[in-house]
Amino acid sequence: MLTNIIEMFSYAFIVRAFIAGLAISICAALLGTNLVLRKQSMISDGLSHVAFGATIVALALGFAPLEFTIPVVIIASYLILQINNRRNINADAAIAILSASALATGIIVNSLIKGVNIDINSYLFGSILAISTHDLVITLVATVIIFALYIIFYRQIFAITLDETFAKAIGIKTKLYNAILAALCSVIIVLGMRMLGALLISSLIIFPCLSAIRLTHSFKTTAVVSVILSIVCFIFGIFASYFYNLPTGATIVIANLICFLLSVIYNKFR
Amino acid sequence: MSLIKAEKLSLYYGNHRIIDSLNFAINAGDFLCIVGPNGSGKTTLLKALLGEIKPKSGKISFDKSIQPNFIGYMPQENHIDRNFPATAYEIISTGVLNRGLFISSDSKKTIESNIKLLNIENIAKKNFSELSGGQRQKVLLARALCATQKLLILDEASNNLDYSSKQSFYKLLKKLNAEHELTIIMVTHDLDHKNLLGNKILSLDHDNPFFGLTADYVRRIHAH
Repeated sequence: MLTNIIEMFSYAFIVRAFIAGLAISICAALLGTNLVLRKQSMISDGLSHVAFGATIVALALGFAPLEFTIPVVIIASYLILQINNRRNINADAAIAILSASALATGIIVNSLIKGVNIDINSYLFGSILAISTHDLVITLVATVIIFALYIIFYRQIFAITLDETFAKAIGIKTKLYNAILAALCSVIIVLGMRMLGALLISSLIIFPCLSAIRLTHSFKTTAVVSVILSIVCFIFGIFASYFYNLPTGATIVIANLICFLLSVIYNKFR
Repeated sequence: MSLIKAEKLSLYYGNHRIIDSLNFAINAGDFLCIVGPNGSGKTTLLKALLGEIKPKSGKISFDKSIQPNFIGYMPQENHIDRNFPATAYEIISTGVLNRGLFISSDSKKTIESNIKLLNIENIAKKNFSELSGGQRQKVLLARALCATQKLLILDEASNNLDYSSKQSFYKLLKKLNAEHELTIIMVTHDLDHKNLLGNKILSLDHDNPFFGLTADYVRRIHAH
C-alpha cells in the first residue's frame, strides 16, 4: 500500500493536483458554510455554469482562461446578488435562466469557432490531473488570499449570514461584505471548475456544510468541521480514483455524498 | 429636543402606500409602543426606522447622539432560523461588531455584562435551537443591548410565548427603560389594552389613528 502511495506521488501531475485540490477544498467548504446557511446554494450552481460559458469563450477567442473567467463570474455574482435583493423578481428562476443561457452560449461558441479544439468534457466534468504549474500558482495565491480575507472578516461574515437586518441596523456595511463574499465565491468556483467541472463544483461547496451542521453546535465548529470533512473527502476521492481508475471529480463528489449520508445516520441515532 | 422625529412620513411597499403623512416625535427615555392591526404598516415603519427602506416622501431625523450604528434591533425570536448552527454566545457577540473588525477585551466585557444582566449565563454555550422561546428572546435582547446604550427597537412577537415568560420579558423591558435610561420603540402585536407598556403610543389603525401619551390613549378607548 505504502509503496503504491509513494509511486502515486512520484508523478508531478498528481502532486500538483493534490496541492491544488486541498487548497480549493478548504476554501470551498468555508465559503459554502455561508452560502448554505443563507439558503443561497443555487447561486453557486448558477455561477459554475457562467464560469463554464466564460471559459469556453476565452479559449475560443484565445484569452487566458482563468484571467478572463474570474472577472466575468465576479460580475455575474453581483448581478445575481442584485436580482436576489429585488422584490417582484423570481430570484431562483432568474438564476436558472442565467445558468442555462451561459451554458448554451459556451456550447454555441465552441461549435462556431473552427480550428480550435476544446475538450468540453474536461470543463463539464473536471480535469484536475491536467492542471498546469501556472494554474497551480494562481490557485495557491488565490486560495491563500481567500482564506486570509475569510479569517479577517470572519465575525462580519457570520453576522450577515445569521441576520442581515440586525447587522445593517448596527452599522455593519452589509453591502460591502455581501460583495466580498460573492467575489470570493466566484473565484473559488472558477478555480474549482478545473477540478470537479462545471456540473459538479457546487457539490464541493454545499456538501461539507450540510454534513457538518448535523455534527456540531456552534458556527465556528461548523466551519472547522466542514473544512476537515472536505479535506478527508478530497483525499479519499483522489486515492480511490487513482487506485480504482475512476474519474477524479466524480469520485470526490461521491465521497462527499457518503460522508453526508453517514452524518444523517449519526444525527438520527444520537 | 427629540431623539427621533418623523415628519410627513410616507412609506411604500412596492407600489402600495402603507403609511401616509405620519408625524411623531420620541424623546430620550421614552418607551413608545407601535400598535395596529395586521397590514397597518407596523413592520414597514420599523424597517424605515432601521434604514432598510427609504421614505417616498417626508423624513425621519435622528438626534446627533444616535448614529445609525448605535441602534439595538431586536427581531421576533422566530426571525432567526431554528436550525442555524450557532451558540447563544456567538449570536450575542455579533452585537459588538459596530465597534470594529475584531472583538476587543472591552467589547468582551460588554458581552459578559449583558449576559449577566439578563441572567442567561447558564445557556450561553448552548445551541440556539435548544432554547425555549423565552430564552431565545433574551439572547436576542442581549445581542441588541451589546450594540446600544441609547435606543432599542424591537419587534415583539408575544404570540409564541406563554403568559409568564411574556410578563417577565415586559418587566425586564420596563426595568431597562427606567434604570438604564434606554429609549425603547416596540412594535407590539399584543392587542390586549390592559397590558399596554410604555409612556407613549403610536396607533397605525386607520380607523383609530393616535399618537400621544398612553394614559390618553387608554382614556380614549374607554370613552368609545
